[in-house]
Amino acid sequence: MKQLLILGAGTAGTMMANHLNHELDKKDWKITIVDERTKHYYQPGYLFLPFDIYEPSDIVKEIEEFIPKGVNLLKSKIDRILPKENSVRLEDGKELHYDLLIIATGARIAPEETPGMQDEEWHKSIFDFYTYEGALALRNKLRNWEGGKLVVHITEMPIKCPVAPLEFAFLADSYFKHKKMRDKVEIVYVTPLSGAFTKPKATAALDHLLHDKNIHIETDFAIESIDYAKNALVDYSGREVSYDLLVTVPTNKGDDLIARSEMGDELNYVPTNKATLQSQAHQNIFVLGDASNIPASKAGSVAHFEAEILTENILRFIKGEPLKADFDGHANCFIETGNGKALLIDFNYTHEPVEGTFPFPGIGPLRLLKESRINHMGKLAFRWIYWNMLLKGTHIPFVSTSMQESGKHYEEVEN
Amino acid sequence: MTQTKMIGNKAITVNEEGYLVDFSHWDKQVAETIAKEVNIDLSQRHWEVLNFLQDQHKKEVALNIRKVGSSGVVSIKEFYTLFPQGPLKTATKIAGIPKPASCI
Repeated sequence: MKQLLILGAGTAGTMMANHLNHELDKKDWKITIVDERTKHYYQPGYLFLPFDIYEPSDIVKEIEEFIPKGVNLLKSKIDRILPKENSVRLEDGKELHYDLLIIATGARIAPEETPGMQDEEWHKSIFDFYTYEGALALRNKLRNWEGGKLVVHITEMPIKCPVAPLEFAFLADSYFKHKKMRDKVEIVYVTPLSGAFTKPKATAALDHLLHDKNIHIETDFAIESIDYAKNALVDYSGREVSYDLLVTVPTNKGDDLIARSEMGDELNYVPTNKATLQSQAHQNIFVLGDASNIPASKAGSVAHFEAEILTENILRFIKGEPLKADFDGHANCFIETGNGKALLIDFNYTHEPVEGTFPFPGIGPLRLLKESRINHMGKLAFRWIYWNMLLKGTHIPFVSTSMQESGKHYEEVEN
Repeated sequence: MTQTKMIGNKAITVNEEGYLVDFSHWDKQVAETIAKEVNIDLSQRHWEVLNFLQDQHKKEVALNIRKVGSSGVVSIKEFYTLFPQGPLKTATKIAGIPKPASCI
């Protein structure tokens, strides 16, 4: 009996467990998935929790519900991977042998990387919304906040879901308007990038929206520390931005177990072939989702597209066939823009987000890079799709793994 | 869109943001001229950083501020002092290597 081991039962790991449970012959393969947690969090919901749009029960479920019966779920903390021995050591010292390993241990926020961030004011006047605890604490703060200067801040790239902080700023504008206190709130968006987003075409559209919503943007801000006694962010050049309420996206890092296993780069991401998703160092290790260092967005949609290609590659690897170098970096993201509207962007390694229609060329109904109500409905409907289709590895109708080029207005990206 | 720029009596090709298109056009005079345009006089410390960046580029290492800061060559703080306002963007331009692709 051969062993296939999946580390991490988040979005990426759960999808792989479901795909492989269908595809692998149970006479030959035993599938085990390991995670120390018991809850599965719908991470896109963290954006809505602070604004009382979602309730905690909308976004938290038991991991067990989504792992198929044919797969062995092991709840344990993982100490390290021992790639030379093809084994994984658990916290209690027990070792699990594998023939094939999938790393899906994700990324986490690392507020400890910025001096002053995680000190006395953490979850008092300084909040994150990339954790369940952070988003919930922020909801409670916003319910009673009387106004002042709200700073929405990105510490450094890359981060999970790079559009989420922008969406947060847009939803904050909408939230305070609704509470009839927008005039009491100044919103400032502080970013290490030179504009609102990483891709020029989307940046132009998003810069325009920020301006429309009276959100001031501070670009090229490389934070050195937070002076929480003075309520100010300080950057390496000495520039300061003051705040009354700071909502920050801390540095993101891969799981510490990657560092313990000495398998990561300077941010604990595993060097991975960006087209085949095979680890660069070990042939029988594959890396999926936020845990890898591939230059694609760290987002559930990316993990979803990766999972379909990785499933095929694992079957090929088992048969001794060459891997398909098919992953194109495809990402598909709704961007909430407030007031019940959203944008939709679709892009990959070589193509920038463009205008057009999705998923049907020329028809839509969703429109790329344009604000619309139906895009917002799409984003809300996605929660149902996530729990009921995506995690279970059900193919989402009409949405292809590689990016489609028809129905879109493109320019190639120069790289 | 590229354009030709004269440095001394040498013609070099740069892109719309002023980055060299072909590293073989680069030499110390080119570096000094680009540095002057952003009011930097290149000192020994600047050169150590520029050499490091060029070396990383040759090894096809994707550059970011964190990597430079943890290299042991220069701290992030000093990097900002040497090349104020977007040190990585400025330093790569002077070093004649491409602007680091923004992470996604």
